[in-house]
Amino acid sequence: MADGGYLIRIDDVTVCFPNEDGGEKVVLNKVDLHIREGELVTLVGPSGCGKSTLLRLILGCDRPTSGSVRIDGDPVVGLSRDRGIVFQQYSLFPHLRVYENISIGPTLEDTSLPERYLLLPSFFRKRRLHRQRAREYVERIGFDPSDADKFPYELSGGMRQRVAIAQALIMRPRVLLMDEPFGALDHNTRTEMQLFLLEQWKAHGMTVIFVTHDLDEACYLGTRVIGLSQYWSDGGGQPGLGATIVTDVCTPGGHPKPSTIRSSPEFVQLLERVGHEVLDPSGRRRLTEFNLTHQDAVLQEPALPGHPISGGTSS
Amino acid sequence: MTPRRGGVLRNLLRTGVEPTWAERWLLASFFFVLLGASYFIASAHRHRENPADQVMPSFAQLVDGAKRSAFERDRDGELRLWVDTLASARRFAVSVAIVFLAVPLGVLMGTFPYVEALFERFLVFFDKIPALSVLPILFIVFGLDELSKIALIVLGVFPTVALDAYLRAKATPRERIIKAKTLGASELEVAARVVFPSVFPYTLDTIRLNLKSIMLLLIAGESLAATVGLGYRIFVVRRYLAMDIIIPYVVWMTLLLFAADWALRTVVEHPRRFQWVKYPL
Repeated sequence: MADGGYLIRIDDVTVCFPNEDGGEKVVLNKVDLHIREGELVTLVGPSGCGKSTLLRLILGCDRPTSGSVRIDGDPVVGLSRDRGIVFQQYSLFPHLRVYENISIGPTLEDTSLPERYLLLPSFFRKRRLHRQRAREYVERIGFDPSDADKFPYELSGGMRQRVAIAQALIMRPRVLLMDEPFGALDHNTRTEMQLFLLEQWKAHGMTVIFVTHDLDEACYLGTRVIGLSQYWSDGGGQPGLGATIVTDVCTPGGHPKPSTIRSSPEFVQLLERVGHEVLDPSGRRRLTEFNLTHQDAVLQEPALPGHPISGGTSS
Repeated sequence: MTPRRGGVLRNLLRTGVEPTWAERWLLASFFFVLLGASYFIASAHRHRENPADQVMPSFAQLVDGAKRSAFERDRDGELRLWVDTLASARRFAVSVAIVFLAVPLGVLMGTFPYVEALFERFLVFFDKIPALSVLPILFIVFGLDELSKIALIVLGVFPTVALDAYLRAKATPRERIIKAKTLGASELEVAARVVFPSVFPYTLDTIRLNLKSIMLLLIAGESLAATVGLGYRIFVVRRYLAMDIIIPYVVWMTLLLFAADWALRTVVEHPRRFQWVKYPL
């Protein structure tokens, strides 16, 4: 694999947005992040810290003001079928039935532009084939075959997100990006969907980047938790501009974790630590304290019991 | 829920009550009956004072007028009502077909910022031109035949529908467009397969609401320059105070418009295909 064994390399990325008084607002400040293939990276941080901005850089729909975002050594330019996305809302096409929503990607991939634009018979033939496959696929996401004919509005929030995940996964993207996908679900559904995601991750073996503001979700799902926060200070103790990565830890307990891990002391300790470092404004960490060496979660599993949850601070 | 007691009058200003099937019919027909009754009473009254009164024909005279228009050949040997209906319906249908083209235009504007920049100001400006005020120009430029009448309708309604489709298309969540592209859709397919279908049922409703404007402009055009047509006819027979023709014509036009509206509504309210419109995600 190219690029030093990393699938995704984000180097020294800064993002500024113009603000009302003509100046610039720094959103992300000197972000470095390297991710290996097969990791399930969760990105956690206070609201407004730029988690989604970082995700959009990897997705390719925004560009960094400076720095580089590369996948497999190639700079990210524009959207691609190699990077699937699941949003909290609006991932599905409301006018298409479940099986049509799922089959739209494969159909587009399997047909050429002239076939589609001129509506050649081969387009309809291939579309029928992929729709048939999508009907079979819905059983793998826990649907009744009869649910395949439903429209998104007829589904519950959790079911919708299942379809949205299936819609992205059927393309077998190299990276699956998820922007607070379970943020709008009730607690039980959310837990159910977390297990569903872990199942799919294990079955497909793809790389996942999962944005959330929920600490527990981040620590439970991720093989590696990245904390993005605007609460940090430069070496001299001045508040830093914008948000940067303040925490990068591998989670203990093997992957996927049993849900019982939530009550283990290690897990509770991890929650406390990440919560303090990332979400707590008074927890401002000095830049000099977190010269992060990047973790490679997958290579370290299973974490040894009592193994320090490594990160910036010398424990 | 409050138990139903006390009938229509007691329940009139109550919340949480549900009219029965019979009560609905009674209430729905109330103003129709009221209007009809007052007309015929006034008509009978006028005829008692002046048996030759032309302003408010009696029921029998109206039926006779309608019969003569529909089933008796005029001096040219034509069944007037049908000839007029056919001529107007053709103009109406061609205009509606052209107005439908406003939807794809609006979708392109709402999807592609450069197309938006190209058309938006122009359409907003065009939309503000009072269509009837350019009618003389249309007659001069396009002559007195069909083209100028259809141009009038298109001028009056096309920009409205295009701008409506544009605003709805522009409101498409950005996420949905990004999603489509990650699934391999081309830019044109984003417009055609994502934005257009999610906007189309709403614009059907807009066109429905604009059927009235289309009819209005049609009658205006026909009244000024035509040799046949529903609008033309009522303005011709006005010279002879032929209310027994005008009133059946007005009722007929209303019914036709109602039918056109109903036809579009059945499409919008298709039991399965467009139900999702009612439940935004």
